[in-house]
Amino acid sequence: MKRLVVVGNGMAGMACVEQILKYEPTFRITVFGDETHANYNRVMLSSVLAGERSPDEIVINSLDWYRRNEIDLHVGVRIVDVDPVGKTVTGDDGSVTPYDTLLLATGSSAWMPPIKGLDKEGVFTFRTLDDTRALLNRAGPDTEAIVIGGGLLGLEAARGLQVRGCRVTVVHLMGTLMERQLDPSGGRFLMAKMKELGIRVLLGRSTASIRGDHRAEGVELADGEHLDASLVVVAAGIRPNVELARRAGLTVKRGIVVSDFMETSNPDVFAVGECVEHRGVCYGLVAPLYEQGKVLAATISGHRGPAYIGTVQAAKLKIVGVDVFSAGDVADDGAEPVRYEDPSLGVYKKVALRDGKLAGVILVGDTSDSHRYMDWLRSGADLADRRRHLLFPPPSADAGLDVAEMAESATVCGCVGVTKGAIIQAIHERGVNTLSQLKESTRASTGCGSCTSLCQELLRAVAPEFEEEKKKTICACVPFAEDRLRDILRSQKLRSVQEVLEIYGNGVGCEICKPALSYMLDMLWCGDHDEDRSARFINDRVHANIQKDGTFSVVPRIRGGVTSPEELRRIADVAEKYHVPMVKITGSQRIDLLGIKKADLPKVWADLGMPSGQAYTKGVRMVKTCVGTEFCRFGTQHSTAAGIEMERRFEQLYTPHKGKMGAVGCPRNCAEATVKDIGLIGVEGGWQVVVGGAAGKSVRKADLLATVETTEQALEAAELFFQYYRENANYLERTYDFVERLGIEKVRKETVYATETVRAGLLDRLAKSKARSRDAWLEGQAPRHPTQFEPIAVMEKVLA
Amino acid sequence: MERRWIRVTACDSVPLREGRAVSIAGREVAIFNLGDRFLATDNQCPHRGGPLCDGIVTGSSVVCPLHAWKIDLQSGLVERPSSEGDRCVGSYATRIEDGVVCVELDVSGNGEEHAA
Repeated sequence: MKRLVVVGNGMAGMACVEQILKYEPTFRITVFGDETHANYNRVMLSSVLAGERSPDEIVINSLDWYRRNEIDLHVGVRIVDVDPVGKTVTGDDGSVTPYDTLLLATGSSAWMPPIKGLDKEGVFTFRTLDDTRALLNRAGPDTEAIVIGGGLLGLEAARGLQVRGCRVTVVHLMGTLMERQLDPSGGRFLMAKMKELGIRVLLGRSTASIRGDHRAEGVELADGEHLDASLVVVAAGIRPNVELARRAGLTVKRGIVVSDFMETSNPDVFAVGECVEHRGVCYGLVAPLYEQGKVLAATISGHRGPAYIGTVQAAKLKIVGVDVFSAGDVADDGAEPVRYEDPSLGVYKKVALRDGKLAGVILVGDTSDSHRYMDWLRSGADLADRRRHLLFPPPSADAGLDVAEMAESATVCGCVGVTKGAIIQAIHERGVNTLSQLKESTRASTGCGSCTSLCQELLRAVAPEFEEEKKKTICACVPFAEDRLRDILRSQKLRSVQEVLEIYGNGVGCEICKPALSYMLDMLWCGDHDEDRSARFINDRVHANIQKDGTFSVVPRIRGGVTSPEELRRIADVAEKYHVPMVKITGSQRIDLLGIKKADLPKVWADLGMPSGQAYTKGVRMVKTCVGTEFCRFGTQHSTAAGIEMERRFEQLYTPHKGKMGAVGCPRNCAEATVKDIGLIGVEGGWQVVVGGAAGKSVRKADLLATVETTEQALEAAELFFQYYRENANYLERTYDFVERLGIEKVRKETVYATETVRAGLLDRLAKSKARSRDAWLEGQAPRHPTQFEPIAVMEKVLA
Repeated sequence: MERRWIRVTACDSVPLREGRAVSIAGREVAIFNLGDRFLATDNQCPHRGGPLCDGIVTGSSVVCPLHAWKIDLQSGLVERPSSEGDRCVGSYATRIEDGVVCVELDVSGNGEEHAA
């Protein structure tokens, strides 16, 4: 077996390797990637930034894939040298790896324009998952952000940051946004859309320097104007990474020069992707990579034959609500333009014809026909008899006709090169019924994603049991997944349930979404929202748990289960005075007074003189404790005090679902901390903090979050998890489902092992919420509404 | 049978999109404030007698706080579960007079009201 070394673990390199694996095995494959991740879909980074996808969702080849295909993967290793004579590559870890065949898929890097001070803290690029993570850590409500560059990537970065709450200004050197893909009119339409979104755009402005000492504080434009910003993103273009090719002595112009068979000037070295230059063109989009990969795989596997003759370039802006598509050659010179524009609809369409054939197309505001134009571009169809329908397809009686009209050979997925025929074959022969099965089976729609709706249409038309895959939404009233909705509420600064329903929902809401939205707003704004009690369940309107007969149960807070003779006496007095039908010790070291009338609640609370135990709400119920070192001869930690302190820190706050906690002084676990949402387990010399346990409808042993030395560290770990759960769980998702869904590794990484900034952010937002919270039972003395507890007496006496 | 308009309570004693119970002539009536109008029904859910006034209002319906039966406040008919669609609670005509919610009921003392 020959040794194939691939430098670059990105989309181009791995797409090519996928193709190589389709041939007879002739290689032992080693892959080096300087990023520390498995191959992911770089095109989708903007969706990660905008919160539409998680980093896990954009992984293309999982680690398991490398293992299955016996590929030796080295992540986090940058190849720094090539010896074309001895045929070895050298990594920045000192390793020397021999090769028989070398494949360079080094991609490209962000081009850094000549601006002074780009090395300052707070200046970012937007090329990698790490870049995206760094931006996510930095972006937040009310951060001033500047994006240098108004191309595809710059605009997507701008929108992503805005969704995260930043105030964003785009500074673009040219007079037209996305000038490589749009003409000036198209640019103006796009500009209007960006303005509608609330993103400021400065055109024809050049950035001279980044202001600030060590940290970015803003930028200075060439005309002297100053703009403030603590976050600057440079998205001014990309440059092929050709350094290694130069060292290998290959012919390099702008990119690594390759033949139609993807050969470089050295017969043992091949190159693919954004780092190559083919027939004078360097590509920066995804579709060419796949086409090149196929050709290269054939060449390299001894089936040299298919030639790469270039790709029709197509670009789609991935901003929800801003539809922009451009393909082919859109320059005006010598072409015959045909235009349509409707400024109030925001729709602009332009096709450029050459010799009766489509040369290029621009669509803004309505990209639903993009595949029709791609088809014409690729096939070079003669459009003479379609002149009347260039900008709109002929009216059709059947909405599905469009798909039906497509030729079997027409390409649906331009990135991976999947035809309509191939999709129909997959549906019929491999029982494909869903989009994810289709992706798995044909790889269609795994590139830029712009053909997703077309794939879905085909599935709907052809697959017998087509199932629409829905991301779980709260309910039909508000058709958004919760994580997406949180981002929307944050970026749109919505503070009341009714407002959300009117803008993003059906205007009415129901008993499912209203409490969920109430929770979300309270959490997002740390309590500084417009609390609407009509959107809350009755328990949260009167702070007691409704019973089957319409009376209520009252559970005062007894922190850590520790009470006193005085408290017990008051509880007994209340029970007698209000003829409480049942007084019960609960399963969580508390006392429940059952059967109390709504009108008596304020008096009962006043007589008890104890705060609410929140037994009626999605909040922190209690912390169950053992006596720890206080009395127990086995205790190793003061679990009672730690539990009481934890209860104090978490009480009065709303959570996605109820939270039951525990603190035990030794691993004998008398207060069952290992089956609590958060448990502190005292061990010799420290604490274990465990999360996601359950002993209710489900039984689950909690996962270890962290092992720490001091009680304060244990409480801080608990706080980090608590706030992380509040911010990221879906409404009515218990910690045990939440931890199971995310995996404890991810939870750890984003809480106790997160960066200082992230941890400080979580603690800070928790502190803010806590500062605004108050004991709900204080409303007994100061009701929000005169009839909150008090029954209405009829004005007019009627004799029955 | 004697139908009468009864002045029940000031409009502002029922908060927007909430309900309140009031006892009129021995009958427990729930009054709901829908913003543009007030609606009145019997307060007891036909399922297990849950207090409808404590439910979450959705459009012109209410969801009982006990087991989430959904009742149309105009007709009194059960909307959910749909299998119980022929059951209903009494519903009453309402009007506003000088900022006071008035409800029309039979006050003869024995008539079960089932306006639908």
